[in-house]
Amino acid sequence: MSATHFQLDRRGRLLHFLTIEGLTRDHLIDILDTAESLHGVAERRVKKLPTLHGKTVVNLFFEASTRTRTTFELAAKRLSADVLTLNIATSSAVKGESLLDTLRNIEAMQCDMFVVRHEQSGAAEFIARHVKPHIAVLNAGDGRHAHPTQAMLDVFTIRRHKPDFANLQVAIVGDILHSRVARSLIHALNILGAGEIRVIAPRTLLPVQVENLGVRVFHRPRDGLRDVDVIVMLRLQKERMEGALLPSEQEFFHCYGLTEERLALAKPDVLVMHPGPINRGVEIDSRVADGPRSVILEQVTNGIAVRMAVMSITLGNHARPAGETA
Amino acid sequence: MHILIQGGRVIDPAHQFDAVTDLYVAVGRIAGLGQPPAGFKAEQVIDARGRVVCPGLIDLCARPREPGLEHKATIASETRAAAASGITTLICPPDTDPVIDEPAVVELIRRRAEAAGYARVLALGALTHRLRGERLAEMAALQEAGCVGVSDGGRPVANARVLRRALEYAATFGLTVFLTPLDPELSSGLAHEGPVATRLGLSGIPAAAETGVIARDLELIRDIGVRVHFGRLSCARSVELVARARAEGLPVTADVAVHHLHLTENDLVGFDSRCHVRPPLRGLRDRDALRSGLASGALIALCSDHQPHEPDAKQAPFGDTESGISGLDTLLALSLRLVRDGDLPLPALIERLTAGPARVLGLDHGHLGIGAPADVCVFDPDADWLATTLRSRGQNSPFIGWELPGRVTHTLLEGQIVHAACG
Repeated sequence: MSATHFQLDRRGRLLHFLTIEGLTRDHLIDILDTAESLHGVAERRVKKLPTLHGKTVVNLFFEASTRTRTTFELAAKRLSADVLTLNIATSSAVKGESLLDTLRNIEAMQCDMFVVRHEQSGAAEFIARHVKPHIAVLNAGDGRHAHPTQAMLDVFTIRRHKPDFANLQVAIVGDILHSRVARSLIHALNILGAGEIRVIAPRTLLPVQVENLGVRVFHRPRDGLRDVDVIVMLRLQKERMEGALLPSEQEFFHCYGLTEERLALAKPDVLVMHPGPINRGVEIDSRVADGPRSVILEQVTNGIAVRMAVMSITLGNHARPAGETA
Repeated sequence: MHILIQGGRVIDPAHQFDAVTDLYVAVGRIAGLGQPPAGFKAEQVIDARGRVVCPGLIDLCARPREPGLEHKATIASETRAAAASGITTLICPPDTDPVIDEPAVVELIRRRAEAAGYARVLALGALTHRLRGERLAEMAALQEAGCVGVSDGGRPVANARVLRRALEYAATFGLTVFLTPLDPELSSGLAHEGPVATRLGLSGIPAAAETGVIARDLELIRDIGVRVHFGRLSCARSVELVARARAEGLPVTADVAVHHLHLTENDLVGFDSRCHVRPPLRGLRDRDALRSGLASGALIALCSDHQPHEPDAKQAPFGDTESGISGLDTLLALSLRLVRDGDLPLPALIERLTAGPARVLGLDHGHLGIGAPADVCVFDPDADWLATTLRSRGQNSPFIGWELPGRVTHTLLEGQIVHAACG
């Protein structure tokens, strides 16, 4: 059984949110529409809804994160849930108790939802398979595999500016090989029927047979960025130099960095996106990151509404027995 | 003890024998075929009608986990599982703790196996001291202590100069060298570098991690003339390289683990840690080429690559789990499926499980010639069974839940009945 089906109940409703792969257009539209309806909450004087009142959400972060963790926290709080955040350094987890033991202990504290980030691909699914059935598991990033809420906030942001997906050309630039953001975003855009998805990277940063995921491969921005509607820049980790995947940050910026000159290749109303945190002068020039085409900070804001939507949908499906309709 | 195994289909590939007849066992040895030897008086009769009678299986790679990892399994527990599956000889690689790089460890393994009494466990000595790939192990002493070859123990020697010296030194004493063809740096990933690893976000192990090492090693073998056995091939191209080298007359043999003939990278979907193995499960084309290689004889032996684990070793996200499948229980059954699938005839299959591995080892086992040690396996090829609980202490098998052919009814080790199924 794959994660694709494992995260759904018998009626095809989301019980967990582990991966975008295998979901239907209806699933994604439901999340986007729900997020849209929740988006206004932040502008109110009282930024709270009672949806998850009395529920406990545990953020289980086995890998460091600031942005994702805080937006999940805020999302849960705005839905009136009690939130507990545990930063479990992987090293101490290895030395001490096993992941299953950690889970059992937290489970015993009577929680309703786990938000999980882990350095291993497949970790969120592993946890979802081993927790008690009433607990919903949200994947906040597992290894190189998936980061489904990031993908949803990206398509949410795109939809707010460019709702016509059929004619949308999206370029994803940089370290595709190690990127869970890229994998999830590619699935989401394909499910929503995006016109064309391009990946632009040197061969060392592309996984083998990446075209099977439904993308067109380019090695040079001057070819790949032409006339695109959206550019998604990925973060480049410093370790890539040590792994002999790239010679230097300077050369990467020289060949792939998003500069104003390269931006000019795209459509005039192009959206510049980045999952953050950005490396100025490595994958993106400050003038572009802070420029008029950048929606990078908007993505952060939208992340809260999207995570609120996913939380209320999955916990809502847990609350209703499988027989009932919504 | 005189035992008559009556009316079975006796298949002895080493002598191209295949007929329904009687097999006579006396004082630990094969005493007669078809005709009783003079003065034979059966003390026990095994009714083998409708069953196959063949030499006891020889498994070229099985880790009983002792010494050092007794929380996973022991020589007693695993040899017992082996006997129940018709396996009478296990070849234990040297990556035990302590490493098999001194005679005392060889002696310990032999004594434990003899005390248990279910199967013969033969040790491969370490190729390098502590398997570190730096200094040579005392191979002559290991040979005198009873090692049937020397091996990298699944930890390939990274330094080509050290490997070349080790091969030369082993050749001096006529030792066969068992190598694991995997480039240490190229094989640091978790899954076959292919479409499934790309989708799941698992780090890849390219085919070249195996084929590149084989190509280099073949050149060293050509220079040195050392006898080398490559263990657990996983790629189509590896089969080609080995077949060509054998055709040129190089002293090279190779085996394949039976799970590589049934599973592919697609079985990793869902992050099934039971399918976490090294070398990794590869593509369909590779699986088919390995099957053809086994049928053609380019691959001389089929082994279990038995690696039992405690449950915790597999209960974690894929990348945090230990690799390996508990394979003794299913070796014969999964092999028989190849016959059902039409890949090779039954006698050829049995050859790859008996006479083939015996040839690699240079041992007088794996055949039913008069006077040979009476290691015999009797099985019902038509009895299907559902794999539920394994007899090995390791329950880590993706084949649990499979319907498998072939039930072993009797196993004899040197003329002693070490397994008899009830009913």
